[in-house]
Amino acid sequence: MLRRALLSPPVLISLIVVVVASTLPLYVSGYVLGLLTIAYYFGVFSMAWDLLFGFANEVNFGPSFLIGLGAYTAGILDSLYQPPIALCVAAGVIAAMIGGLVLALPALRVRGPYFGLTTLVAVLILQNFVVVAASLTGGEIGLTVPDVISIDDKVNYWIALGFMAVSGAILYGLSRSPVGLILEASGQDPVQAGALGFNVVKHKLAAFLVSAFFSGLAGALMAFYLGAASVGTFIDVTVGVQVIIGAVIGGRRTILGAALGAVFLVALGETLRPLGDLATFIVSAVALFVVLFFPAGLLGMVKGVREAT
Amino acid sequence: MSARAPKLEVEGLQKRFGGLTAVRDVSFSIQAGEILGLIGPNGSGKSTVMKSILGVERPDAGSVRVDGREVAGWPPHRIARLGVGMVFQHSRPLYRQTVIENIILGLLPDRLMHLLPLAATDARARAIAERVGLAGVLNRRPSTLPFADLRKMEIAKAIARDPQVVLIDEPFAGLTARETASFAALIAEMRADGRAVLIVDHNVKSISALVDRIYAMHVGERIAEGTVEEVMANPTVRKVYLGGALETAARPETAFGDAQTPFLEIDNLNVVYGKAQALENVSLHVHQGEFVAIVGLNGAGKTTLFNAVSGLVPYAGDIRRQGRTLRGRTAATIARDGVVQSPEGRELFGAMTVSENLDMGGHRLPDNVRAERREWLFDLFPVLKERRSQTAATLSGGEQQMLTIARALMMKPDLLILDEPTLGLAPVIMEQISKALARLRQATEMTVLLGEQNVTFALPHADRVYVLEHGRIAWEGDPSRFAAEAGARYL
Repeated sequence: MLRRALLSPPVLISLIVVVVASTLPLYVSGYVLGLLTIAYYFGVFSMAWDLLFGFANEVNFGPSFLIGLGAYTAGILDSLYQPPIALCVAAGVIAAMIGGLVLALPALRVRGPYFGLTTLVAVLILQNFVVVAASLTGGEIGLTVPDVISIDDKVNYWIALGFMAVSGAILYGLSRSPVGLILEASGQDPVQAGALGFNVVKHKLAAFLVSAFFSGLAGALMAFYLGAASVGTFIDVTVGVQVIIGAVIGGRRTILGAALGAVFLVALGETLRPLGDLATFIVSAVALFVVLFFPAGLLGMVKGVREAT
Repeated sequence: MSARAPKLEVEGLQKRFGGLTAVRDVSFSIQAGEILGLIGPNGSGKSTVMKSILGVERPDAGSVRVDGREVAGWPPHRIARLGVGMVFQHSRPLYRQTVIENIILGLLPDRLMHLLPLAATDARARAIAERVGLAGVLNRRPSTLPFADLRKMEIAKAIARDPQVVLIDEPFAGLTARETASFAALIAEMRADGRAVLIVDHNVKSISALVDRIYAMHVGERIAEGTVEEVMANPTVRKVYLGGALETAARPETAFGDAQTPFLEIDNLNVVYGKAQALENVSLHVHQGEFVAIVGLNGAGKTTLFNAVSGLVPYAGDIRRQGRTLRGRTAATIARDGVVQSPEGRELFGAMTVSENLDMGGHRLPDNVRAERREWLFDLFPVLKERRSQTAATLSGGEQQMLTIARALMMKPDLLILDEPTLGLAPVIMEQISKALARLRQATEMTVLLGEQNVTFALPHADRVYVLEHGRIAWEGDPSRFAAEAGARYL
């Protein structure tokens, strides 16, 4: 089962795409590299979100809560004490996981739409906290992160690409592993999963923590890439919406599709930027079109065609 | 532990939902290698008993022992790991995975760090698939399987962990006679393997060939226990399923003036849900002013039939009202033109008051007519008048049922469809509803189509009876002939 999954077309194609993408710094401009660096971090956000939505069947409206915790914890620590960057990033990850645990423990007990509402409220609380505690967080102006991982565009690009590739491999492998199967069953029919002997809450909580780990890690790394953190780039509800739409148009329950969707979305938004506000409208319209007519998403469409034949 | 210690023991089990006691003092035990049938009509509490054993519901009192260990109040996964397996009637398998992967799921340990599949698991899953007769479809996806194979896959999952106790919910629902035989053989095999099996079903007949003993329930309590013959001969069981000496007041079919074109005609109706045929060549008619009862067990197709008449499900065949086809008309126009359903699920507006719910039913009537109609309904169901400013969600089950019927009547129906109005109600409430129906029949010209599994309730009102069984009309006739001609198939 595992060997077949490792050699399956999505994995092979992803490998080829990553190899090709790693050669891009040799012939594209710094502008494009910068754009793709951000897009790759969003790819990780969306993949981490798909683990919850696609497999645990829990709609987390607050991916930016986990992302923001990671980015701001790492950034604030750096601006206050300038410890090694790795330490800041680790602190960001831990903060995101603790935040995820605090959020998920009570939220997984409530049923249906209330889980989603709880996660949405968490985003608003974090956003307000950042604005209120301006002396610590930089408030609405934003936080300046004094250190950066590298000033070289190419190095930053390769770090983001490598990070996305490794995260994708882990998350995809997890989704195809025996625990992934249990998680999917828990999401699909919790009563039956319980009757088969699986502790549904334990598995969903673990999925939430894994999602928080990757969201926080990506958030912290992105803050060190940008050298800044602001509500608009990390916490705002629109950030969360972009992560969600990326995962959905890429294809629910595919993990790899989520990365594809997120990169596509960032690239499309940037390409259309000369159109001003119209760009947002077009991106939203495309997303709506895909959700309404191709609910399986881009990758789901391709797979659907293959499975039907 | 002695060899004769039962695998499953239930003692003094009690479960309340709000004010309703769903299960009261239920006790039974099952030995290894024994099959017990737990039967009862809808609302008898048998599902609640099953859920309490499984840990999905937490019993209020009493004990559940598996292999001598007390498990009442445990979460389902712990009970399952102790050796209780469940074959669900409705389940959602993993649709993106193959049959073999679905069976493997049942074999996995509940550990977070189990990341690599084991070859041994795969081999065991194949052996189980072979045993239940799925060897030929291992690499297919569940959505491409026939219904009977999907049920076999559920059995495979349930026995994967080699449970000591197996619970099976309505094993034969939706299966053809041949499929039923092979499914029954699988269950008999569980007995041969020394498992304790509990089968939950509606009536004795469908499981009589398979079970060693029967435990019969009605409104949450035990009414009989023993061999198939003993339970079928038990007077209480006969009364619950067939009714006692019935007073019938049927009017002959010739008494109705529309013999040429009856008010409602259904011709060769067929409804298919995915792979399951819910209705097969159903033809019936209802005259203007007639009171017709459709009796049938749960899953016989009553609700599907009514939903087809109301335009809520797609169908093949024809449904005509006064000679004109209803095909192609929306559910809203059918209801507005006077074919009104009082649904099984009640579907009241829970946050609205009794009066507001009634006004929703009569929203198209002029103000004075609506007020008049409401007064008439308050007279028919006096308790609704007392409760008129209470929200529907706070009413008791019986009051909600009355409100559902009253709301349907607010629409001034020509044809009133009542789907299981006595479901889960106490006998005293049933009697009040029964009286109201008798008044409707005497005082109005209304045509009524009543769907019931409670024969005692339905027959006294009916002019004519149809028996619906596995989606087909199995019997048609006068209510006075019912017990003699159709009673046996109803036990």
